Amino acid sequence: MKKPGLIAITIILTSLFFTSPGYAQLQIVITQGVDDPVQIAIVPFEWNGFGLLEEDVAEIVKTNLQNSGEFRAIAEANMLSTPHEEQEVFFRDWRFLGADYLLIGKVVDNGAGGPLQVQYDFFDVLREDNLISEVVSAGRNQLRDVSHAISDKVFEEVTGVRGAFSTKILYVTSQRINADLTYYQLNMSDADGGRSQVLLNSQEPIMSPNWSPDGQKIAYVSFESTRPRIYMQELATGGREMLTEFTGINSSPVFSPDGTKMAMVLSKDGNPDIYVMDLRTRDLRRVTNHFAIDTEPSWTPDGESLIFTSERGGNSRPQIYQVSLDSGWVERLTFQGTYNSKGLMLPDGVNLLMIHRENTGDEYHLAIQNIERGTIFELTSTALDESPSIAPNASMVIYASKAGDRGILNAVSIDGRVKFQLPSAQGDVREPSWSPFFD
Amino acid sequence: MQTFKAFKLGMALMMAIALASCASSDTEDMSDSSDMGMESSSSAASSSSATSNAADMGDGLTARERQQRDDSLAMTVFYFEFDRSDLSAEARAALVHHANYLKSNPSARYRLEGHADERGTREYNLALGERRAQAVERYLQVQGVSSNQLETISYGEENPVDTRTTEAAYALNRRVEVH
Repeated sequence: MKKPGLIAITIILTSLFFTSPGYAQLQIVITQGVDDPVQIAIVPFEWNGFGLLEEDVAEIVKTNLQNSGEFRAIAEANMLSTPHEEQEVFFRDWRFLGADYLLIGKVVDNGAGGPLQVQYDFFDVLREDNLISEVVSAGRNQLRDVSHAISDKVFEEVTGVRGAFSTKILYVTSQRINADLTYYQLNMSDADGGRSQVLLNSQEPIMSPNWSPDGQKIAYVSFESTRPRIYMQELATGGREMLTEFTGINSSPVFSPDGTKMAMVLSKDGNPDIYVMDLRTRDLRRVTNHFAIDTEPSWTPDGESLIFTSERGGNSRPQIYQVSLDSGWVERLTFQGTYNSKGLMLPDGVNLLMIHRENTGDEYHLAIQNIERGTIFELTSTALDESPSIAPNASMVIYASKAGDRGILNAVSIDGRVKFQLPSAQGDVREPSWSPFFD
Repeated sequence: MQTFKAFKLGMALMMAIALASCASSDTEDMSDSSDMGMESSSSAASSSSATSNAADMGDGLTARERQQRDDSLAMTVFYFEFDRSDLSAEARAALVHHANYLKSNPSARYRLEGHADERGTREYNLALGERRAQAVERYLQVQGVSSNQLETISYGEENPVDTRTTEAAYALNRRVEVH
């Protein structure tokens, strides 16, 4: 396993936090894939050892790749052979099935209570080329991590984009019991919705979860004191601290790209403005000072500016602005549409992701505006979109919307070609936040 | 909330007393009213003011005015138009009575909770909820209420009354609640 950091985190988390399978567990349902997916044959891995394995590595890899919308797996029933090692592969069998790529492997227990060996090979069928050949050591409870890591490598080999299957998401769930009682939970799961864990239980709202860039800490807003306060929590220990308790709004904490600062919204001076806290000294710096609402800060990739939502343009119609932290210069970025908010700059620094309402109806769509050309591209057809969060490989955006009267999570690829939902068995799900890479 | 509940109890008590004194001149009936929660009241201030008012009904109000005042004080949720934070005429009329109550009960505290409907983004809605709560707060202050009797909290769209995706539900959710 080449990701000792991730494994360490996973083990600590699994032992520290209450795991609740079944409750608020999300599962991906693909609603739209690409027209010409890559054909991949994934042969069930052989198991050489005693007892049953809890995880089926090949099945997890297959699900991951298909859920990306970029791959289609060849049905197992059609396979002419089931190789587990390179010398057992006859490429014509796979060309015949139309496979572009082939993944085979096995899981071996060498006994003596040592770790399992996961050996796998990934081939380009047409070129008859072995693209990846690797043996990974893993404990029995780490097979899901290994499966995600294999998925990442295969995805990158084929698409040229680093896979994000080993990442995690934070999200908030709520279950309304009656008018006076709602249970709120802050949850963390794998990016595919698996292995969900509850990080915080409350009977008051929880908002705006956000990751530190190293994936070790999170920040969020909790009303547990009956007032909104910003908290920072260390994932490995569960230890947390309250960062702000000013009068009024304390909201929207967002770690800077270098992890040393946190942008936030405070209304302590009368109305919401954007502030930046130095996380080492806890010094606060006021970034905007306007009688209109300024909120929803996010950092530009270079860490030198903040994107934010403001209705300083008037008419109670929020638009998206950018402020330079160095000069304080404020520039308006959006002009088209009656409501643009929650802007996030993509890593290219040109495309701005946002929630966009074109006219005066109730259609709030996830959209991308090219800030150089001004063109707007709506990514979704769901109507009440909010809380977008970009995958660390910038290929997908996860966001919240409603299905009927229930809040659910959705994801869409940056080009709009792939869409999937992450419904929950019960309750409302919202405010997803995609983790960074863990290494 | 505590003091406000206490006030409501006081009002109920006062009305009971008024009714009782209309029905008979037997002031012994007043002792019965302790069953209605006089002793459980957490605020001596509102109870005693209710008692002193009741003693001579010397509030200078007609029965109709008194009814208006009581109806206004019973109004504790104020609704707003979409994306707006201006108070309706009905809300302003009711808030005048709330202001009078707060001014004559300096120990009373109001927690003004602002809410938004679910449309648009959450953090922006948090700001909208605050603006609505502040609109109520400012109106009360203009009427002479001390700022240390008032606190505003916004819940944004986090705490809807009606979770459905309909205009009617949205209208119920855009509100300020007085606690």
